[in-house]
Amino acid sequence: MDYRICSFTGLKIHKTAEDLIKWNVVTAILFLALGGFMALLVALTRWPSVHYLGPANYYRFLTLHGFDALLLWILFFEVALVHFTSAVLLNTRVVAPFSAWIAYALMLVGAVFVNIVTFAGKADVLFTSYVPLKANGVYYLGVIIFAVGALTAFGNFFANIIQARRDKAYKHTLPLGTYGLAAASIIGVVTLAHGAVIMIPVFFWSIDLIKYIDPATYRLIFWGLGHSSQQINVCAMVAMWYMAAAFVLGAKPVNEKLSRTAFVLYILFINVASEHHLLVDPVLSNWHKIVNTGYMMHLAVLASMIHAFAIPASMEVALRNKGYTKGLFDWLKNAPWGNPAFSATFLSIIGFGFLGGITGVIFGTEQFNIIRHNTFAITGHFHGTVVSGTTTAFMGGTYLLIPYIFRRELVLPKLATIQPYLYAIGVAMFAISMMAAGSYGVPRRHWDITFSNAIFSFSFDPSIDIFLSMMGVGALLAVLGGVIFIIVSLGSIVFGKKTS
Amino acid sequence: MAIKEPERIWWKPYTRDERLWVAMALLWMMASFVFMPVYHFIGAQNPPSETYRVRDKEKFRALVDGMVNKYKVGEEKGIPIVKPEPGSDVFVQASMWQWYPILQLEKAKTYRIHLASMDVTHGFSIQPINMNFMALPDYDYVVTLTPTTSGDYYIVCNEFCGLGHHLMVGKMIIK
Repeated sequence: MDYRICSFTGLKIHKTAEDLIKWNVVTAILFLALGGFMALLVALTRWPSVHYLGPANYYRFLTLHGFDALLLWILFFEVALVHFTSAVLLNTRVVAPFSAWIAYALMLVGAVFVNIVTFAGKADVLFTSYVPLKANGVYYLGVIIFAVGALTAFGNFFANIIQARRDKAYKHTLPLGTYGLAAASIIGVVTLAHGAVIMIPVFFWSIDLIKYIDPATYRLIFWGLGHSSQQINVCAMVAMWYMAAAFVLGAKPVNEKLSRTAFVLYILFINVASEHHLLVDPVLSNWHKIVNTGYMMHLAVLASMIHAFAIPASMEVALRNKGYTKGLFDWLKNAPWGNPAFSATFLSIIGFGFLGGITGVIFGTEQFNIIRHNTFAITGHFHGTVVSGTTTAFMGGTYLLIPYIFRRELVLPKLATIQPYLYAIGVAMFAISMMAAGSYGVPRRHWDITFSNAIFSFSFDPSIDIFLSMMGVGALLAVLGGVIFIIVSLGSIVFGKKTS
Repeated sequence: MAIKEPERIWWKPYTRDERLWVAMALLWMMASFVFMPVYHFIGAQNPPSETYRVRDKEKFRALVDGMVNKYKVGEEKGIPIVKPEPGSDVFVQASMWQWYPILQLEKAKTYRIHLASMDVTHGFSIQPINMNFMALPDYDYVVTLTPTTSGDYYIVCNEFCGLGHHLMVGKMIIK
């Protein structure tokens, strides 16, 4: 076995695990760059005074933006975390390297299929691809291949921890970071099962082998995939928060039992809660909607409330132990704000909680949903969760993996220091503006909200112009932060000074 | 540490702070949980769930045409304006990229609006009051609605329905 000892963390790192993490992280960053570029084009189009793209390109690039930024960047990074938390944290090996590489290859092939067919203009169906809107069969095939790859990668996680147990790499229980990824992987398997149940028939429907797919059934099962996969992200992100707090500050979870209970709550309740996408849909009964939004979702929210307490508390304890004990907030003042791994983690916690989480609870309320469903406010909400939350956390994670796994120093450290702030401010600005515009009824996924060529012309309240311009400026700031991230991370990986 | 296996006994009792925090969160959640069904009885506005299957799109189209023939009071931009009787069943047809017909409804009267799509999924978004419902193909979704303010309202499609999605605007007149 080819192992090395990490000089920063003392972790024993298996060469295969290291290679897998490297390839997955680099691929993730490349797709973030592509998805981010689409984000720029799309945001410039929704900024009314710029209105950059034409309608066909707008819908096409919006489809790609969702796929590349939401699915590819995040899932490739999560697969890197799968190997990091199973093999590296447990000081053990990747059990089935061949299947891990197959997983990577399948994910990449699926990703390339979807990108090519969408670029070619054969799949203008947006991320949700609601039937009977039909894309070319290659699109669904790409999604299926990608999902099979991701499923294999989650399978690798379970194989790794089972083998680690046999090798006595851990005695009684997993480290919390690994535990969080275990929750993510369990949700991942459930989610991808939903994906298989719906995407395989839809693929056959797209090549005319199946006559009919029920549109309401599609929506229900699609959201079992589409929303639940966001819960993979939540678990992986929260695990990343705990790990970043441990690596940067030496923080210990204040109560392992509490934090672990919260992960179990995610597994049990969050998948069912994905029905809040269907609150103003036909078919589902009122009681169905009530139980779903009133009960299931709130138990998952309880889990987030627990992490919201446990992680800052563990940071406070760790900083107080370092001697920052004066008054109530001395520890906060003396936190390592100049370390991008820490600041990204902290900003991610704030952004996820206050922009994404709270708005999610509100918009997911049965009655409230009537005045928010499919408006721009929803776009604002999920950019609060997946961009300001998950993406920022994974940027912080990248700043940790560069020294630990790539064994490089950060290039342009000053730029790296300001990057999380720039990005977080930009994202907060455009997410809040989207929510404000959405509260006036501005629809999401819409090329022309001035309705200039429509049969009836209708104008929204003029104040939306201010919000949409703020959104544009925020998006530019976020893109700038994203560009700096890509330059710093890829620059460090290629040109960074080798650490011994 | 989150990156190391915890010590043998990690299931320690919760501290006072933890109990307090979790209790507060639970209490808040319970309040929301109880209020959600309660609001169905005391609230003025709830998401509808009455649904019928549309097995034959032509039959739904015939219902729309029947209503248009019976209650047509005018026309705007080639689309008929229909003034159905208060309390009656009203049919609205969504298709790429048109809402058909234009409804003229009376303030403070209740109508049962049947929404169905003839092709792909559409979003029925009433502006500027900003109320949103889905119009699915093969399903008839009944939105029971009582207009409270008069004026011209517009129906914006807010679910992507193809390249002309942004052209799909309809109208509703409340008198």
